[in-house]
Amino acid sequence: MEVILQTTVNALVQSGFFALWAVGLVLIFGVMGVINFAHGELVMVGAYTVWVLYSQNGWPFFLAVLAALIVVMLIGLLMERWLFRPLRDNPLGGLINSIGVLFILQVIAVEVGGLGLMKHIPPAFPGTIEFMEGVRVPTQRLVALIVAGILLVMVWVFLTRTKLGWALRAVAQDRDAAALQGININKISMIAIGVGAGIAGVAGALMAPLVRVEPYMGHAVIITAFIVTIVGGIGSLSGAVLAAVLYAFFHTFVTTYFGGTAATLLGLVIMLIVLIIKPTGIMGQRTTE
Amino acid sequence: MFGKQNYRIWWLVALFVFLSVLPFTLKFHQQDFMIFLLINVLVVVSYRLVTLTGEWSLIHVVLMGVGGYTSALLAKMIGLSFWLTMPIAGVITALIAFALSFPLFRMKGFYFLIGSFAAGEAMRLTWAYFTWPFGGPKGIKLIPSPEITLPGVGTIELFEPIPYYFLTLIVVSICLWVLYRLEHSRIGLTLHAVHWSDALAESVGVNTRRYRTLAFVVASFFVGLAGALFAHYLGTINPHQFGVGIMVFVLVWVIVGGTRTFAGPIIGVTVLSVLNEMFRGADELRPAIYGSILIASIMFLPDGLESLPDKVREFINRRRGVPQKES
Repeated sequence: MEVILQTTVNALVQSGFFALWAVGLVLIFGVMGVINFAHGELVMVGAYTVWVLYSQNGWPFFLAVLAALIVVMLIGLLMERWLFRPLRDNPLGGLINSIGVLFILQVIAVEVGGLGLMKHIPPAFPGTIEFMEGVRVPTQRLVALIVAGILLVMVWVFLTRTKLGWALRAVAQDRDAAALQGININKISMIAIGVGAGIAGVAGALMAPLVRVEPYMGHAVIITAFIVTIVGGIGSLSGAVLAAVLYAFFHTFVTTYFGGTAATLLGLVIMLIVLIIKPTGIMGQRTTE
Repeated sequence: MFGKQNYRIWWLVALFVFLSVLPFTLKFHQQDFMIFLLINVLVVVSYRLVTLTGEWSLIHVVLMGVGGYTSALLAKMIGLSFWLTMPIAGVITALIAFALSFPLFRMKGFYFLIGSFAAGEAMRLTWAYFTWPFGGPKGIKLIPSPEITLPGVGTIELFEPIPYYFLTLIVVSICLWVLYRLEHSRIGLTLHAVHWSDALAESVGVNTRRYRTLAFVVASFFVGLAGALFAHYLGTINPHQFGVGIMVFVLVWVIVGGTRTFAGPIIGVTVLSVLNEMFRGADELRPAIYGSILIASIMFLPDGLESLPDKVREFINRRRGVPQKES
């Protein structure tokens, strides 16, 4: 019983991260039509920023998180301006450019931090909180979950309650029609990738004390983000959040009982089944062919 | 007088002679390099057959692994000779690709890309998960080398790089010839039609999905052979060798070379592999160099290296003030 409760709590924390990864990917894909293969590496850069500033140089944790947000957002903006914008009509080209960025960011991480060394990042909030007999959560995880929640609510408010957010959704729905309404596509794309990359950076920064920070950590991130995005329905943010929660529970429980490889393997199979049976995902709109 | 066709044959003969003499002038690790280059040529040329129909799959390298695993398992567990395991590996890979084509070809474009990625990763993780028969993350070791029995000479084990090089050269040449003939046959022309105007092709009665499947299955057969060649030369095979990172290298080779002509991917893989050899000292930096080349070629040479002669000619003509023909 205790194992089940503990796993439930772990899954809850995990779902916050999964949602953050996927929401950024969905935003970028929705508005720009580019599958950002380097999204996992953006998360990785966020984690490295925290390692360098907080762990190596003693900055306060939240200041380091803020720095990670800014650094990764800047990388995103540069990618949009110089790599995606010139290839607006060529989504495959954008995808391939993002693969190029992926390699470059990995090599920069290797150059900055070296290979194979454990990056020790002490938790900013040590200690654990005990909910009930035998079920405890490290404070760091709880803080991460709360920040993730706040961030997701902020994105939701931005998209549904502000004029800019409406414009962004309009571009995602129909780029040409939005442009005819006088919406500046380039500006909206910059905002979308800024928000999407920023979220990825914060996710990486919050994860940094909880996971193994290494140059290739992005691989697990991108696979999870793909699964969550597809299952939730490509382009649907609420679907992505719902799928993130579901998949986090599934993944955490399968990992606990059968190991991580089996969990990812089954996740991929589920994703394939969704792709075959209902390619629009659980929350996706049925598109007219 | 020589026709254009004759010139081409003489060029091929010269190339073949060059490739036959080359290994004797090389150092050991360079001979190694040449064998992998030949195998990779088969990988990219078979991959191009898939891209001809307009679909970009991310499962090709995993299918190469299917060939490698099939051949290695047959050789180790049943003790079949390489001359049987290699064709069987091709056939099994083609059959698996055929089975996969039913779910995968329900998808198109972006969905196909992600779907093929997921199917490939799932298959690769299966090898990593099951210790029997796939050997888990460590894979299969001590895969026997091919043997050849010559009358009067006895049995030779093709273990050394030079004999294996010639084995690879012969197998790859035959495969390339078949693939070339295929593309220039009626089937190949239909594949082009499926890519460039799939609605039009459909309207004149071409079953586009059947042709997509055909290209996918045939390409898988050949990449399965490449996998067998790879496994028996290296002697060890594991899931890590067929990861998405390796698939990305294949994509880079094909895109940098260009997919319009048969030679494009071959040029891409050759130029980039030789460059890669030259950066041997800077192992850590290599992925970044690859990434930069990838971005540069997408931005500045979107039609690949194969379009370079045209581009240069155009540039020179413009400098001379020769009026450009409208394209």
